[in-house]
This record gives sequence, C-alpha cells and structure tokens, in this order.
Amino acid sequence: MSIFRRLIISAVLAVPMLLTMFGVMLPGGMITETILATGVMVIGGGPFFVSAYKSLLNHASNMDTLVALGTGTAYIYSLYAVVAGLHVYFEIAALLIVLILLGQWFEELSKGRASSAVEKLLGLQAKDATVMRGDKAVKVAISEVVVGDVILVKPGEKIAVDGRIVSGGSTIDESMVTGESLPVSKTVGDFVIGSTINKQGSFTFEATKVGADTLLAQIVDLVSRAQASRAPIQKLVDQVANVFVPTVLIIAILTFTVWYVFLGASFITALLFAVSVIIIACPCALGIATPTALMVGTGRGARMGILIKSGEVLESARGIKTVVLDKTGTITEGKPVVTDVIGDHQKVLSLAAALESLSEHPLATAIAEAASDDNIVTQKVTHFAAISGRGVSGLIDDETVYVGSRALFTDQNIDTQAFEDDLARLEKQGKTIIIVGNKSTVIGLVAVQDQPKKTSLQAISALKSKGIKVVMITGDNAGTAQAIASQVGVDEFIAGVMPGDKADHVKRLQADSQVAFVGDGINDAPALAQADLGIAMGSGTDVAIEAGGIVLVKNDLMDAFQALVLSQKTFGRIKLNLFWAFIYNAAGIPIAAGVFSSLGLTLNPALAGTAMAFSSVSVVLSSLALNNTRLK
Amino acid sequence: MNKSLVLVVALVVVGAIIWWFFGKRKVVAVAAVKDGDKQTVEITVDGGYKPAVVELERGVKAELVFVRKDGSACFDEVVLPDFGVRTRLPVNQPHSVTIDPAKAGEYKYACGMNMFFGKVIVK
Repeated sequence: MSIFRRLIISAVLAVPMLLTMFGVMLPGGMITETILATGVMVIGGGPFFVSAYKSLLNHASNMDTLVALGTGTAYIYSLYAVVAGLHVYFEIAALLIVLILLGQWFEELSKGRASSAVEKLLGLQAKDATVMRGDKAVKVAISEVVVGDVILVKPGEKIAVDGRIVSGGSTIDESMVTGESLPVSKTVGDFVIGSTINKQGSFTFEATKVGADTLLAQIVDLVSRAQASRAPIQKLVDQVANVFVPTVLIIAILTFTVWYVFLGASFITALLFAVSVIIIACPCALGIATPTALMVGTGRGARMGILIKSGEVLESARGIKTVVLDKTGTITEGKPVVTDVIGDHQKVLSLAAALESLSEHPLATAIAEAASDDNIVTQKVTHFAAISGRGVSGLIDDETVYVGSRALFTDQNIDTQAFEDDLARLEKQGKTIIIVGNKSTVIGLVAVQDQPKKTSLQAISALKSKGIKVVMITGDNAGTAQAIASQVGVDEFIAGVMPGDKADHVKRLQADSQVAFVGDGINDAPALAQADLGIAMGSGTDVAIEAGGIVLVKNDLMDAFQALVLSQKTFGRIKLNLFWAFIYNAAGIPIAAGVFSSLGLTLNPALAGTAMAFSSVSVVLSSLALNNTRLK
Repeated sequence: MNKSLVLVVALVVVGAIIWWFFGKRKVVAVAAVKDGDKQTVEITVDGGYKPAVVELERGVKAELVFVRKDGSACFDEVVLPDFGVRTRLPVNQPHSVTIDPAKAGEYKYACGMNMFFGKVIVK
C-alpha cells in the first residue's frame, strides 16, 4: 500500500480518537477506541513494524525501529491500561503514526522534485528522426539512426542526434542542453546538438554521434554519477548513523529509569518521556542532508550547462582564493578578428584579402571574413610569393603589392614613416599589425586581435568582487598579454608560457592559496588536473567530459563564475543542513527526555512526533531552496 | 513496581542492545559467479543487504542483481558512490546494476538515506 493511502486511512481512523482529547465520548467508549487504534497500528503502522523486525534480525536498525518502538510502547501500555482501568494513550499512538506518515509523504513528494534533474534530461531525448534514404525521407526510431545518416529537420522539430549541417540553416534553441537562453544561428558546416529544438528554418545534417556518444547522453551520465557521489563531509555523518538508533534506544531506557527510579515520577510519566525521546530522534534528517543538497545543486547546474562532477568538487570549490584563466579561447574568442583598418578601408582590405587568401597564415581567415562582411570584392593575384616569416607579395593590376609585418617592409626598404603613429598606437594595444603597401609606399594597415568575449570583463570583475585573485596565463608575448589583461581587468598575468608549462605555474600559485584553473578541456588537461579545482570550458558537442571537476557546456566565462558560486552555495547548504540535523537531534533529545522540565520546557509525544515528521521535510525544503538562490 | 527490579531490567536491556547491535560478528563474503566475460551475484534486500559482503573479480564486468523484498521506504534507493550508481529498487522485482570493478579494493554502498550498508570487495 502506498504511503499516501496508509496516511488517509490512518487519518480517518484517528480523527474520532482525537475528539476524545477534547472530552467527546465515542459511542462504544473504550472498545471503539481500542478498535480504531488497532486499525491505525495495523494499516498505517504495520509496515514500520515489519521493517523494524526484519532489520533487527540483521543486527541493524533504522528510522522504522524508532517509529515502531515509540508507537508500539504507547499502544501496548494503553492495552494494559484498558484492562487495568487506567487512562489510555491510544490517541497518542495513532496521532504519531499519522504525523510520521504525513512527514514521509511530504518527503517523498519533495525528494521526487530534488532528484528529477536526470529524468528531465532523459525526457529531452528525441523519439524519432527523419532520415534521407536516397531521395526519400523516412521516419525511423532514434535507436535506428547510425553515424553517417543524413537527417532532415523541419521547423519546430527536435534534432535527433549530434551532427554537422550539410544543407540549409536555421536558428536553434539550445537552452535545454547548454543553458544558452538565446537561439543560435547555424548554417552549413556548423555542429548541431541532439535534443535541441529547431526554430524557423529547415536543414539536413549528417549524424556524427549517436546513442551513448551524444552530448546529452554524456551529460546524463555525468549528472547521475555526480548525484550518486559522496561529499567527504559525509564521513562524520556515516559514523554517527552507524550508532544512532541503538544509542537513542539506550538514552530512552535511561530516561525512563532515571525518572521512575531516581526522580520518583509515576510509571506513565517516565514512560511518556522515554517515548518522546524515541519519537523525536530523527536519523533521516542526517541521512538526507547531504544527498538532497547535492542533487538539487548538481541538477540546477545541469540545467545551466554547468556540470559538477562530484560531491568532492563542492568541497574543493569552497576554499578557492585564486582563479587562473587561460587566455586564448577562455577569456578571448580564440580566433583573431580585424579590429582596425587604417587608410582607404576598401582598398586596404581588398588588397590584403586578395593576397592573404592565397596564404595559409592563421590571420588570413580574419581578413577574408572582414572583407566578405564589407562586401569587398578581391582582385586576381599573379606572381604570388610567400616571404617566410615576413609576409606575402603578388601582382595585382600590374602593381606589386606587399602584405606583411614591419620586418618585410624594412627588408624591402619601404618607408613606413607616414604610419608610424598608428603603428605605435596599435602595437601598444597588443594588436597584430599587417602592413599593406606597394614597391614605394605604405598604403594602409590592418590590425588583428583575438578579442575578449563579451562576458569576460563582467565575469572577471564578478570573481574579483568575491575577493578572488584573477590571474591570466598565456603563450602570447608580454605586450599582447598586457593589452588583453588591462582590457578585462585581471589582477596579474603570466605571459610567454609554453602549453606544457601551465601546470607548473598553477603549482607555483598553489603555494600561496587554493587555485582553480579555467581552460579548454583538450589542451589544458594537465593544468586542469593540477589545480585544486579544474573548470573545463566546452564548445558545441566537443565537451571534454573527462577533464576537470566541473565541465561547462557553453563557452562563456560567466558560467565559470556561476559554477564556482553554485558549488560554494551547494556546499554551504550541505553544511547548513547537517548543522540543523545535528542540532535538531542534539537539542531535541534532551528536551524530550525532560532534562529541562524544571524550567518548564517539556515535549509530549505528539509534539515530538510533529517535530520529527517535519525535521526531514525541512531538510529537503532547505535543499530545494538551492534552486532559487541567487548566484551572485 | 519494585524499583530495584526496574533498574536491573533496564541495565540488562541496555547491555542486550549493545551486544546485539555493536557486538563483533563474522561476516561471510559471497563471491560472484563468473560466466564468460561477466560475473553475477544476487543480493536480497530484506531488512538489510544479504549477503552483506560480495566479492568480485577485478576487471570482469559485474552484474549485481538486487532483489528487494522489503517494502520499507528505507530501501527505495541503493547508492554505490564509487561506481556512480544511484538507482531505485522496485519491490519484488529483480533489478540489475552493472558495474565495472576495474580497481581492487573495498567499496561500501548504502541505501538512499545511508542507514543500511553493504560492501563490494574487488579482488
């Protein structure tokens, strides 16, 4: 029978008994009361007794042991009282069963909410896909989709699996997986994430990851692992839990003995004190203090695209005083863009784009994109030549054009004097400058820089406002590093670091304080592992699930800040829950035992039962409150 | 009632509780049965996990079949933190949990509220 049914039946049977507490006489008197109480004990309380008995046989004890003993004592004494003609306490036994069932029912409801994150994620999964078979579009079940299938997605449809767009384009709502609230535009060549929703356009994409390899499947796996993990703080709780129930039973017996034998209380007074002790003690509140907060915290993270891997991570997030940020791709976009064009905009970009389009220089893409954004048509180049480490040259409209560094122009004895002021200014800003010129003179300049992401400045100042020292680490030279550092406001920067040496720098910083490292999961794996807390930034479907203690699905530095805050808040909540659960028991048991009765502070069993029933509920509610905590 | 008798009875009951719950007891470990590339062991959930200790061979995929006979809410979930498993156990219906015992060691597991404990030993 479900808890809810037991609760309803017990409550219906208990109501008439409660009336006797207000002097109402039941028809049939004591016999009716005995029958009603027995009904509550069997239907509502039966499972507690069965469970208590079974665990007793195993030399174990649990919550049910306490419930069975507490209510059983009141019930059996009342049976004796009926025979002996004394005052009965059936209503206490029945009321306790009702209250405890009510508490368990609330707990069941709220715990369901606490652990629903994984089920919600699983529910996102698409059920079927429209796969192109030759010219025909065929609807197949998701399990039949294989890598290489070309899948058609119409407006409003769910994208079945991870893949890459081969034709068409659209805007896609990825919020359910990445936490990104704005729809993202995608076109041919872009990656799409399975289980996200296509908005307006139609497109086809080739499946690249299916089944357990999809991003969503990996997130689900990671979140369920996190929710099963233990926080080290729980070790103490485990030790307490092992001895909790037998200790409470011993305290209850001592309570009875002291009151009855040494303080001269009546048998029933001493017994009610003992029953209150058994009833008020709540090992459950202790048991669920950590897991519920962990579940709510990691679940909220998952919805925001912040994947916290385990309870241990929460504890390491607590003491972080320094955050080391990788520059390229973490603070900055990770790809250079044209920031300034000096001279005749049209002409300079056109010449630079024409020549660079033939080179394989990493900056070529930035220039080509800038030219195409401005609808600049490039001319034909002949006699193209790459001048190693300096730049390129070629013939456009019968005129030799050079595109390259200052060194190229010095070599060719071309005077750059006219642009010296601009050169100096742009260099100071840490930008890479490409000079465009002909045989006799400089025509103009193009400055290129890997720009900070929109949210980087905000994220760094948020970190600093928490008293955290922010350090930028980069392979760039000091000039470029300085320029970016002052744009985004980091406290310190370390420039000229070889990729393999990042971990050593993290280690050095660890001598002063606990360090978190934020970087991309693929290249920065050693530094992520070295740091006290590794936060791996992902992008698209290539989330490096293995790296770091926290994985960010979205490539946004603000998420790193929020991940840190969420971890700290979740850990704080665990501590608060544990504190409350310990204090509840540590204060409740002596009060129930009548230690403070001389001060007039006592608890009858019904009050003790109410306190017990709601102590676990309050812990669950406190954990659920994490869903609404501001992450600032 | 004779107060000294009550005192004696109380002390005897306290002693019995200590002996019953805290007394050292020998726990017999049950080894999983290997069949091809898989090993299986059945764990009955009834007032506790029986057997309380199971032995697995390292490196062989292991299937722990939990058969929950106890309807108590305490056993709603089983959590094996070291293997990343938190799962609900249906009553009277075998529920398999597959784990990969890659590293030798002793791994404790517990019910969702951490009141009942079992152990997996990987050898």
